[in-house]
Amino acid sequence: MKLLARGFILLVLIFLYLPIAVMALMAFNASPLYALPFQFSTEWFEALATDDVLLTAARNSALIAVATAVLATLLGTAAAVALHRARFPGRDTLRVLLLPPIAIPWLITGTAMLLFFFWTGIGRGLHAMLIGHVALAIPYVVLVVNTGLSGVRRDLEEAAKSLGSTPLHAFFAVTLPLLLPSVIAAALFAFAVSLDQFVISYFLATPGVVTLPVQIYAAIRKGFTPEINAISTILLGVSMIVILGFAWLSKAGGALERR
Amino acid sequence: MTAATPAGASAKAPPRALPGWVATVALLLPTYAWLTLAVFLPLCAMLLFSVLTKAPFGNVHPQLTTANYMVFVRQPYLLDVAWTSLKLGFLTTALCALIGLPAAMALKLGASGRLRSVLFLLIILPFWTNGLVRIFSWTMVLREDGFLDMAVHAIIPSAPSAGILFSQSAIVIGLVHGYLPYMILTCFISLLAIDDSLIEAARSLGARWPVIFLRVILPLVVPGLVSGAILTFVPVIGSFMEPRILGGRVGVTMGTVIEDQFTAAFNWPRGAALSFTMLAVVLAIFATFSGVLRQSAARADASS
Repeated sequence: MKLLARGFILLVLIFLYLPIAVMALMAFNASPLYALPFQFSTEWFEALATDDVLLTAARNSALIAVATAVLATLLGTAAAVALHRARFPGRDTLRVLLLPPIAIPWLITGTAMLLFFFWTGIGRGLHAMLIGHVALAIPYVVLVVNTGLSGVRRDLEEAAKSLGSTPLHAFFAVTLPLLLPSVIAAALFAFAVSLDQFVISYFLATPGVVTLPVQIYAAIRKGFTPEINAISTILLGVSMIVILGFAWLSKAGGALERR
Repeated sequence: MTAATPAGASAKAPPRALPGWVATVALLLPTYAWLTLAVFLPLCAMLLFSVLTKAPFGNVHPQLTTANYMVFVRQPYLLDVAWTSLKLGFLTTALCALIGLPAAMALKLGASGRLRSVLFLLIILPFWTNGLVRIFSWTMVLREDGFLDMAVHAIIPSAPSAGILFSQSAIVIGLVHGYLPYMILTCFISLLAIDDSLIEAARSLGARWPVIFLRVILPLVVPGLVSGAILTFVPVIGSFMEPRILGGRVGVTMGTVIEDQFTAAFNWPRGAALSFTMLAVVLAIFATFSGVLRQSAARADASS
């Protein structure tokens, strides 16, 4: 029974990772036509270094992802604290309002943003993409920080307050340090959400201003080269490292709670 | 400005007594203002656009109309397209459930402790990587002379080409690949909540595995299954890059039709009407299953 179960898990993992592995392998294959036999080469990665279009797109992606991580974490953490602690009518409604950005298909949100931003003069481009990415990342930040808050003992902060600390000071001096693993985890998650986002960026891009996934999509539809494999492989690698960091941090946060 | 104002240090200074609700509003306002600007107002604007004759840019003075919603009547091929999207949704969801539930059970039965955490992470990891790149990676496998072809020819050299890129099957494979981790996640969370002693009790009373599965496990795992199904079905009917890249010319879905209205045909009011129709379907699904979704969200909270 156990063997059967493990065998099935293995099959699922092969299904999940096979195409990714093939794509990464082809990034290291010398033939521009993906011809085999396999010949190891790093020429496609070297070609990336001089490809200004892809490099600019990569820089835009990184820029937006960092800005999204900072903004979404600031806003989301503040909202999570209020939603977790304050008791007020309409709190459940506010919680439900966090769902649309992540539950509605991005195609719908993306086209809605496109026509609203265009109509109101906000326009398209990096700033418009940033507005969209932050909105998508906020609900995840609230979720992650909220989980972290459940593990932070409230009485410590109360103790600080009874010793004369202001509520604000008590929060920053006592609760925030304990919450920090969750906050950093949330920031990493927001970074990954932005880095992986394609649909919203696609509708808010202009011909000159694109992110990496948008450029990859354009390249796929035009007929692609192994260079696209190379940059895609790098993109996947970065997201996986960020998510592993997130997983490690949330576990570290969990261990901290139990102590 | 005096030089020494040690804030908080002097116990005599009364603590600034801001009422609690001010702090709460200050904490919540930025987030909800942002969501309003980025999501809620755009959705309202889309509803407005969808009942206009023309996009209201510049000096255009559009009139109200329901014509954009009537395209389903005037252009019946759109009904076929909508049906294609729904079929794609059902098929993908069914396949995800058929693979995902056993995979979740295998994860619970076949591994424990650290190994289980590692396997779980490995299953979830691809879900948080770029969906577009993962779809792109399937073209490497499915195209003619791609990896699948090679593998088949290595075993049966005379076999015809197994390249199935640009077909419905290719789209379904890509979509299942995309959403399977989600299904495994929701089922696994439901399974974790099942008390092992229940299964032990059933076994000690002489129930065999098929009976245990049908009478004990399945009813308890339904919330996870339903959540997974919704979280798969909804994005699948809204998908457009998967049909484009893996389906080529056969990949015409509601998603690609809407994409075309905004990026190629520039008929934004019609695009808005189609988008909004899809949104109505999505909201109806969420409303129907909100009870189950809430239950399984609570479970996810409890087990995290």
